Amino acid sequence: MNLDTVHTGLALFLLANLLAGLWRVLAGPTAADRMLSTQLFGTTAVALLAMEADTRGMPALRDVALVFALLAAITAVAFVRRVWQPREEDE
Amino acid sequence: MNGLALACMVLGALFFLAGTVGLLRFPDVHARLHALTKADNVGLGFLLLGLALEASSPAVAAKLFVTWCLVLLASASVSHVIARAALRRGVEPWQR
Repeated sequence: MNLDTVHTGLALFLLANLLAGLWRVLAGPTAADRMLSTQLFGTTAVALLAMEADTRGMPALRDVALVFALLAAITAVAFVRRVWQPREEDE
Repeated sequence: MNGLALACMVLGALFFLAGTVGLLRFPDVHARLHALTKADNVGLGFLLLGLALEASSPAVAAKLFVTWCLVLLASASVSHVIARAALRRGVEPWQR
């Protein structure tokens, strides 16, 4: 079993995880539940990109992984600050 | 391929599976946060550890480690921020 086979298999497995996580976007019930799957996407994307950096021999993908880690946090904070405030304020 | 690295990466993938199952099966937003921000980060840690073990240079391994630290910091903060917002909006934590 060589390196690329293992990496490709794990990458496909992680992508399957992402697809399963999409069910939570559909089901909800609150906006925060939908937002949680973006957190899943963020963490999984970091893992995928770090593996692809090896498989494809593109070291720059590790920097992309760092940016994904940062953006996932900013997205969630922006969501809570701008969209998901207590009900008294938005109704 | 290094057997230890392979074991770490497969273990990491299993933790990712646990996180996804938790996201789909747990009853409310607080419990789901717990699955996502803990299981997934352990999974990412093991996966990056596996990659670091077979990395070409120490600098690459260090960068993977720094990425993991950033993800840990970020998801801990996100977990607290979302849980607090959920409580303020009146989402009661699930009880048996």
